[in-house]
Amino acid sequence: MLKYKHNPIIVLVSRAVCPYIMLFGLYIIFHGHYSPGGGFQGGTVLAAALLLMRLAAGSDIAQLQFKRILATPLGSIGVLIYFGTGLLAMLSGGQFLNYQFLPFAGFTAPELRSLGILMVEIGVGLAVMAILVAIYDDLLEGYHPHD
Amino acid sequence: MKLLNYILLISLGALLIYASTGLPNRGDADAPMHRDKSLAGSPGAAAHYIRNPYKDANTPNMVTVILADYRGYDTLGEETVILTAGLICYLILRRRKDNVAGKKKKA
Repeated sequence: MLKYKHNPIIVLVSRAVCPYIMLFGLYIIFHGHYSPGGGFQGGTVLAAALLLMRLAAGSDIAQLQFKRILATPLGSIGVLIYFGTGLLAMLSGGQFLNYQFLPFAGFTAPELRSLGILMVEIGVGLAVMAILVAIYDDLLEGYHPHD
Repeated sequence: MKLLNYILLISLGALLIYASTGLPNRGDADAPMHRDKSLAGSPGAAAHYIRNPYKDANTPNMVTVILADYRGYDTLGEETVILTAGLICYLILRRRKDNVAGKKKKA
């Protein structure tokens, strides 16, 4: 069977690279207004950074970075951010997901729409990241390499 | 419990049928979708999506505006699909592990 061996070189390189992958993922999410990218792509890159640490250091040690139990609630929170943005626009007098009715003072309608798109993309990125990590953890459920 | 499920399903279906009466008729030339014409002169919403995203949403990337603003419902559905996939993985794999543990206890 697959046997996990602790390799210090791989762990060290992964630890060095992981924050930069995360930073790039955040860049993809927040720069989606100006360049190719957005929530789905950025969330996938963030999940890749978390899964790299899970592969390199082992699932048990990687719990220090992102706990297994956090994944499914964070995915739900991502969907709720999206839904809540739409609902907020509806409650303040507009249609569902019509961002120009968001209740933030001091913005013009196009700026409010831009802001709404950003909020939605953050929700999508959070959900995609959490769900990809959750699926990986579910597949490894009950697998203990040190037994 | 089963009765409650049927009642919920039927009321949801009734709600959807009621909402569909608010849609414009098929092929209606005055529908909002057909107001803009493309360069070739054929009516369609695509021409609007290409001409107006910066004016509407102050965002240079028109793909983002179409994905998250004009087609916001679609993206909400996609995200729900991803969440559902994750939850179903959780349910299936968790149940299989419980079965294995139960067999071990019997043996």
